[in-house]
Amino acid sequence: MKAKHLPLAATILIFVLSYALCAFQYPNILSTRVIGNLLTDNAFLGIAAVGMTFVILSGGIDLSIGSVIAFTGVFLAVMMENTSIHPLAAFVLVLIITTSFGALMGAIIHHLEMPAFIVTLAGMFLARGMAFVLSIDSIPIRHPFYATMKSFYLKLPGGGRLTLIGGVMLLVFALGILIAHRTRFGTNVYALGGGAQTARLMGVPTGLTTIMIYALSGLLAGLSGIVFSLYTSAGYSLATVGVELDAIAAVVIGGTLLSGGSGFVAGTLIGILIQGLIQTYITFDGSLSSWWTKILIGFLLFAFILLQKGILYLSRNNRALA
Amino acid sequence: MSMLGLYGRRLLPQFIALAIILGLVSIAFPGFFNLQIQNGRLYGSLIDILNRGAPVALLAIGMTVVIATKGIDLSVGAVMAICGAVAASAITSGYSLPATLLLTVGVGVLCGLWNGILVAILDIQPIIATLVLMVAGRGIAQMVTNGAILTFNDEGLIFIGSGSLFGLPMPIVIWITAGILVALLVRRTALGMLIEAVGVNRRASTLAGVSTPVLLIAAYVLSGLCASVAGIIAAADIRGADANNAGLWLELDAILAVVIGGTSLLGGRFSIAASLLGAMIIQSINTGILLSGFPPEFNLIIKAAIIVFILVLQSPKLQGTLAFFSRSNAATKPAESKAK
Repeated sequence: MKAKHLPLAATILIFVLSYALCAFQYPNILSTRVIGNLLTDNAFLGIAAVGMTFVILSGGIDLSIGSVIAFTGVFLAVMMENTSIHPLAAFVLVLIITTSFGALMGAIIHHLEMPAFIVTLAGMFLARGMAFVLSIDSIPIRHPFYATMKSFYLKLPGGGRLTLIGGVMLLVFALGILIAHRTRFGTNVYALGGGAQTARLMGVPTGLTTIMIYALSGLLAGLSGIVFSLYTSAGYSLATVGVELDAIAAVVIGGTLLSGGSGFVAGTLIGILIQGLIQTYITFDGSLSSWWTKILIGFLLFAFILLQKGILYLSRNNRALA
Repeated sequence: MSMLGLYGRRLLPQFIALAIILGLVSIAFPGFFNLQIQNGRLYGSLIDILNRGAPVALLAIGMTVVIATKGIDLSVGAVMAICGAVAASAITSGYSLPATLLLTVGVGVLCGLWNGILVAILDIQPIIATLVLMVAGRGIAQMVTNGAILTFNDEGLIFIGSGSLFGLPMPIVIWITAGILVALLVRRTALGMLIEAVGVNRRASTLAGVSTPVLLIAAYVLSGLCASVAGIIAAADIRGADANNAGLWLELDAILAVVIGGTSLLGGRFSIAASLLGAMIIQSINTGILLSGFPPEFNLIIKAAIIVFILVLQSPKLQGTLAFFSRSNAATKPAESKAK
């Protein structure tokens, strides 16, 4: 096995082991109902995390996605409430807005040579502010089309349901894996993460790639916002605060190097599922307090960072020996 | 040029930005500069800005030093929450005030030590190393308070948040003293220069004989220390420890303060005074928007617009272009060929 596959393998191993441990204590955790819910409850986080994976693979970071999700939700709710526009048209409109928002941030990062951290931080304030301006109330969405969309699901053997939004998440992950490993854009992202200078010298269009990466992250944050509004049937400007951190944690737990250039989109899915599993376990247990989620995720982050360090150290030593 | 002149020149953009913001606010809110003394304490909007800005100012002191080493400390908000929780639970379980303060500051130092060891010894990127404590920290704070908001009535502890000394509210006295102490420590000794050396090139400074691990750990410990004092002030101010909301997103404000202060996120040259001015700029924006009667919904948008404006002015590309024009006006220099 190659060294670059080790973090992914470790993530999968940890997920399978912890799932087995949970199933040993609560056999019902194996039922397709729980698995279906695991996918549904984490759908919006997963979709946003795919975008975050691309950003982190390129060596950047996007702090704005939580705010963009909230903005999308409020925008959709306000549109449904005040206009007679069809939800599908509103979806297209909001995706255009969030994609251009991401592209704009990418353009600023590239052309003004400012750190992604600070630019997307300003973007985070701006998107949250736009949501506040649209409405500071929690607005319910009562459009019949939402009810129709929520009633779609695939019946799994054993009574579980793969809902529409859970399916959308899996589809986004599949597309993300294809884009990352089978397109020129994906290769450019990896090249950019490996070193911007080197990538430029090799002829990678760094400017266009940077803009496309943040546009993709904006697009997926918008899609995640749509999914979140389907999930909650409401738009609220204070929703999804801190989702960017959960997404970053999922990406790192999924074995992607935060310095960029190495990692897998599939790992992020496992990262999301591990976080979801911890929450499910705490729900099953009933006596554990919710703060254990945060402490456990922090601990997992630490463990994975150490693991990656160890692998890097070993692979360097191997090279020195050879 | 004299030392003072050099110093003034470094702080000029921040002073101008602050003056413009304060000027704009005073147009919208005429009584803005009024100060009055009541019960032996100064009152007024300006004092309010200095007072409310205390936590971010304190965090910015530690953050400046960390950023100067080419690092970043995302955990300060969470450390504030932990320290507030520790202070509240220590004082309610009967510890004396000095013991409580010592314990709290000790916890802050411990948090800084953890971050510092991850960065310096285990050689983990600062942004990830401190992310661990940022994620886990609020959980730990909730564990300390058992998930509740712990309130306390100890006069001594409350004094730190709302008492006054020499006519100034206590938080102002604390952050200005801390700023002066740290600035003297780094500028009257070689420490500041060594920190900048580590930030510019860690490997080169190690080879030159600078004990980089000790310096790095010290920087994160200082950041943890500042966060613990900020945590005590925040808790004393509301007479309780709120594990969920204490210091929430203040790490971002502190980083912004440092960036507005002109310290590069890539490490190297730093100025504590400029970061403190940056913190006051942020607080003036916050207070100014409230005072001038804008609907509060617009707060974040205005804040984002002002930040983008300041950052664009400071962006290396734009500075390069400006420098290029001023240079080509003076005389054609070989530097031209270097400009991209």
